[in-house]
Amino acid sequence: MSQEHPHPSVALRFVGGLGDQALYILTDLGRMGIFLYFSLLGLCKYPFRFKELVKQVGFIGVGSIPVIFFTALSSGMVLGLQGYYSLHKFGAEGMLGSAVSLTLIMELGPVLTALMVAGRAGSAMCAEIGIMRISEQIDALECMAIDPFRYLISPKVLAALISVPLLTAIFDVVGIFGGYLAGVKLMGVNGGAFFAGMEQSVTNHDLRLGVVKSFVFALLLVWICTGRGYFVQKIRGAGFGAESVSKVTTQAVVMSSIAVLVFDYLITAVLL
Amino acid sequence: MSGTDQVVPAAIRFVEVSKSFGERGRRHRVLDQVSFSVPKGKTTVIAGGSGQGKSVILKLILGLLRPDSGQVLVEGRDVAAMGYRALQEVRMLFGVLFQGAALFDSLTVFENIALPLRERTKFSAEEIRQRVGVTLEQLELAGHEEKYPAQLSGGMKKRVGLARALQLDPAIVLFDEPTTGLDPVMTKEIYHLFTQTQRRLGYTAVIVSHDIPQVFTLADQIILLNKGELDVFTEASRIPYSTKPNIRDFARQVMGLEAGEE
Repeated sequence: MSQEHPHPSVALRFVGGLGDQALYILTDLGRMGIFLYFSLLGLCKYPFRFKELVKQVGFIGVGSIPVIFFTALSSGMVLGLQGYYSLHKFGAEGMLGSAVSLTLIMELGPVLTALMVAGRAGSAMCAEIGIMRISEQIDALECMAIDPFRYLISPKVLAALISVPLLTAIFDVVGIFGGYLAGVKLMGVNGGAFFAGMEQSVTNHDLRLGVVKSFVFALLLVWICTGRGYFVQKIRGAGFGAESVSKVTTQAVVMSSIAVLVFDYLITAVLL
Repeated sequence: MSGTDQVVPAAIRFVEVSKSFGERGRRHRVLDQVSFSVPKGKTTVIAGGSGQGKSVILKLILGLLRPDSGQVLVEGRDVAAMGYRALQEVRMLFGVLFQGAALFDSLTVFENIALPLRERTKFSAEEIRQRVGVTLEQLELAGHEEKYPAQLSGGMKKRVGLARALQLDPAIVLFDEPTTGLDPVMTKEIYHLFTQTQRRLGYTAVIVSHDIPQVFTLADQIILLNKGELDVFTEASRIPYSTKPNIRDFARQVMGLEAGEE
């Protein structure tokens, strides 16, 4: 074994620090990978907590409907106004329905829904799991030989996989209605042309892209948010106690939002 | 070593266990080649100052931490070398009362106590209701079953934690600082409950505590930890005669005992 140098130079310390950070990131990725594996495995374990699943669908899904509704309505109306302003220059107002619906179904619907759910439900899930970790509740589950993944995490994962695509569908419909309100009712675009344009341009492929995105985003956000909470005591620089939970919750929302945006580009690039 | 483990078979054995914490270059060794036995059906008290590794010993026993080296044998099986499934089997032997009781905030007192029965047994809802009802009576918690942990006093939380720990009739019960944060009356009550339940159920008890010397009244065996050294005693009065200098220091500084003061 090589001995550590008693007085390492600045360069050596820098390289050592880089290596240390790289090892930490790799360890963290590995930990999160194993966490995802056990979370999905927990879905297949008996007995599945059906009541908890219903409760989580209520929290992640039903509880998010108001925020999704208002975000979708305002986004759709802005799209309607902006779209009208741009298309009007070319005398192509008739394409407004097509532009609004495609933008919402393929991009804004899945992305904004995931970001809203990450901010509202993801942060709450991360804080809940984090507090359970620091107050030894997860240790207590393990000591009772109760699998914490099956008991705590898997119902949240399945609830997110059910809720986020449905919320995305609500977002799309409300958003298109918002675009209709702004474009047709406020700016006077022909209503028949609006819906005809939408019907002609939106294909099954576009819908499929939106659905795939919403499933991937759901998995990403529930994985990152619950995973960061679960490992709250292992995250470097998070501190201890309540401070660690607050820091890790912020980190989880930021990380899941960035992951959603990065994967949005990747999925679009692959599937478009 | 104590004489008790020569007569009574060991429920738990530590064989040259070492455990360190901290990051590379700044590691702090909490346990250094530690060996001892916990005799079956008896009460072992693990005492020592803060940060001396008392709670680490409990986590090693439960497989929540893995030792850097050495063996942790529970009923003859090495917990440190076990896979997940085998560990789950071994954990079925244990009941644990955590320092902060570790009750589930979102569950009522009844649901907390019923949880191990619901998750780990095939009892019907009626059977679970009856069993939990009996426990609630025994631990003087009747009438509080619909309350949430946040609505309970510290002593009541500990009693609910004890009720939950005893639900599956464990062979070994681990107590992590069972009287921390309690007033002297509550402390006495918890010790009384402990004596009562142990007499009735006959479990092996491991109590980690810094409630010195009161907790020694419960002990069949005392394990003292100080500055990396460990010694085992059958009587508290033998502590000042330890061959280990750090343990003698502990007896003098914390307990105010000197050799020859028996």
